Amino acid sequence: MEQNIALELKNITKTFGNVIANKNVSLKVRKGEILSILGENGSGKTTLMNMVSGIYYPDHGQMFIDGKECIIASPKDAFNYKIGMIHQHFKLVDVFSAAENIVLGLKDEKGFDMPNYIEKIKEITEKYGFELDLQKKIYEMSVSEKQTVEIVKVLFRGADILILDEPTAVLTPQETVKLFKVLKNMRDSGKAIIIITHKLHEVLTLSDYVTVLRKGEYAGTVKTSETNEAELTEMMVGKKISLNIHRSVPENTCDRLVVQKISCMNREGTKVLDDVSFTAKSGEILGIAGIAGSGQRELLEAIAGLGHLDEGKIIYNDPKSGKEENLRDKTPLQIRQMGVRLAFVPEDRLGMGLVGNMDIVDNMMLRSYKKGKSVFLQRKAPKSLAEEIIERLEVVTPSANTPVRRLSGGNVQKILVGREIASSPTVLMAAYPVRGLDINSSYTIYNLLNEQKEKGVAVIFVGEDLDVLLELCDRILVIGSGRVTGIVDGRSATKEEIGLLMTKSSEQHDEE
Amino acid sequence: MKKINNFLHQSLYVSPFHIAKRDNIVWWKAWIIRIIAVLIALLVCGTITIALTDINPVKMYFTMIDGVVGTPRLVWNMLQNTAILLCISLAVTPAFKMRFWNIGAEGQVLIGGLATAICMIFLGEKLPAPILITLMIISSIVLGAFWALVPAYFKTKFNSNETLFTLMMNYIAIQLVAYFTLEMSVPKGSGTPRVLEYGQLPVLFGQKYLINILIVAVITVIMHIYLKYSKQGYEISVVGESEKTARYIGINVKKVVLRTMAISGAICGIAGFLIVAGTDHSLKSDSAGGRGFTAIMVSWLAKFNPVFMVLTSLLIVFLEKGASKISEVYRLNSSFSDIITGIIIFFIIGAEFFINYKIKVNLKDKEERV
Repeated sequence: MEQNIALELKNITKTFGNVIANKNVSLKVRKGEILSILGENGSGKTTLMNMVSGIYYPDHGQMFIDGKECIIASPKDAFNYKIGMIHQHFKLVDVFSAAENIVLGLKDEKGFDMPNYIEKIKEITEKYGFELDLQKKIYEMSVSEKQTVEIVKVLFRGADILILDEPTAVLTPQETVKLFKVLKNMRDSGKAIIIITHKLHEVLTLSDYVTVLRKGEYAGTVKTSETNEAELTEMMVGKKISLNIHRSVPENTCDRLVVQKISCMNREGTKVLDDVSFTAKSGEILGIAGIAGSGQRELLEAIAGLGHLDEGKIIYNDPKSGKEENLRDKTPLQIRQMGVRLAFVPEDRLGMGLVGNMDIVDNMMLRSYKKGKSVFLQRKAPKSLAEEIIERLEVVTPSANTPVRRLSGGNVQKILVGREIASSPTVLMAAYPVRGLDINSSYTIYNLLNEQKEKGVAVIFVGEDLDVLLELCDRILVIGSGRVTGIVDGRSATKEEIGLLMTKSSEQHDEE
Repeated sequence: MKKINNFLHQSLYVSPFHIAKRDNIVWWKAWIIRIIAVLIALLVCGTITIALTDINPVKMYFTMIDGVVGTPRLVWNMLQNTAILLCISLAVTPAFKMRFWNIGAEGQVLIGGLATAICMIFLGEKLPAPILITLMIISSIVLGAFWALVPAYFKTKFNSNETLFTLMMNYIAIQLVAYFTLEMSVPKGSGTPRVLEYGQLPVLFGQKYLINILIVAVITVIMHIYLKYSKQGYEISVVGESEKTARYIGINVKKVVLRTMAISGAICGIAGFLIVAGTDHSLKSDSAGGRGFTAIMVSWLAKFNPVFMVLTSLLIVFLEKGASKISEVYRLNSSFSDIITGIIIFFIIGAEFFINYKIKVNLKDKEERV
């Protein structure tokens, strides 16, 4: 049996400065087997795999391929050992076709023979059941198609050990099913596959073995058939936690934000929002589901006063005065001056919501620095706010004066959400607020959103994990290609129903 | 056998070291690295000196120091040069902090100098000194700010490229000054610049340049406070770090860009005023002398910190003056002093790499691996 081991790591340790990314991690993957590496964000999964693919070099430890010790010091070495990694961020040339991207960088001494390559690629796609149009340009592709190109690319290069970093993060449920099917086909033909993930149900449906990492340390390997969600969570987090999100029934709701038929175009002149209408009610969480890039960002930015609208109205009902105000074409500053307390947790935390190079205190000031007549900054209030958030949300940071870019994703998000909530908003919009967060931090965020909801805030939550949307939200708006394809009840809707709505509009567009 | 295998692996596949980013370095360690860099630079310069000439490098360094601080007059000279360079560096700093690549300081300085000179020539005899000097300052500030606002306006309005625009504005300023000096030269048209008698800055405590130095010292303190503790300084940082964040929190980015560039240009204008009224008492098209560009380096080297800028501008002036002294004393081609200056600056900038990164030796644990 030991002959079958494709890749083995023994006691791998890697540190970055004082941060220990991996400590004495060992794992094995056999040929014809799918191994999941499970761990929360920041637990060192990607770092570990980056060492296998030659991007980082371990401080200590050994690697064995086919039972022989090997040293992988560069991606080229990894390639020679037939290791292929599919990163979370695709590395493709947009203006090239799928086939061109697949053969890109190939060194063939016999000369460049495209028809021959295409034959070979077709063999691969047929063998494993990929659906791929080889002539299609990358920029015309959906995320799922791009991922397929990446996978075929490493297979074409002859990889026997495939590593996929969070492959389902950007896929719809239907696409995920497809991906798992080809991964299983690959396994059955003898490839060794490692997938990095933090989603428990995927681990259980797909893999044969699970290796769990916890804060960079090896927490154990279990056979998938002999484990369950609760046990894996406990291994990941180190303690038992309940995975249920508390959802209260909305009380005394009223229409807080009424979006009426808004449309807008992006710089290239394509419609990114098309006749979108909905109502966000106070004391309720409205979820927004959709494939990434279907107009979610534009929608929230339009409401926040960051985008230009071509048509429509955004009506805000002021709870104090009872007046109706149109927020369309107002700048964020004007919106605030109108007395609208709109909090916005954008998707791009360090690029928009926070300034990475500034410390926590200065980031707290972003919303409030203008207060007061003095020309000088008042750092006292933001400092105490920073300390309060650090304490209340359990932010792990050396001090309040640490630049936020040094913090982990979860802590960055706590800072951002904490600041936005501190302004006691009446509308709270959050775009992918738990993306990249560990379980504990995610639940902290869900609880914060629920707390706001119970306070009577109209919460708009853009999410990607349908399970979470279904557990957290009172109503779910589904958006596809910039159109509202349906609004469903969060308590009665099913995942499949939402999955279908997510793809509905894009298909309609094709027919038109 | 295994040992040999291991050895082969190491020698074949692994480079002996790799580069890792440092997390955060203690300040004194950073300074040790900088000092080591300067020492190595001096060693390399010495070697090159011996290789190219037969000058004793140690002697040469002493000549260099002697040429900068040898006499009180030289010291004052150095301080005054440092002050002007520092002033221009302070001027470009807010713009650079905002990631607005203002390489037009040269022109903004010249225009400020031109405004000063015009006041001195046309109003010099008519107005009492205090009013005249006030007018000179105001006009140099206004014109300097204007010169910087033009590219800033086009940037905010049409998103034009500020690097090219500010650079082009330099040439316009140089030509304008050249025209005026020719028009106002003595005798007219000869090109010999006129000595401007009225409106010279007063001599304090018998030191001609003291007032320049004091003015720049005040500007340094103000700039430090402005960038670090004022709301406007905060806005500059936010816009520079991320324009998206600035828009997200409702900062009017265009307004900040215009305001900051006006400040940048205004301080350049003051530098021009100091050059004309406080130092040269005349104006030529090369009065700025490339300092508008050197200032960019000073500002970057100091990581936009006005206090560090005092040190970096002093260093640059020291190198320039010292190197020119070497060529003068040993009758060397001036490019030799450029070589020396270049090597030293190269090492100082190179030191920043070792401050941000460390080099790790691979496979320290050879024994463990067997």
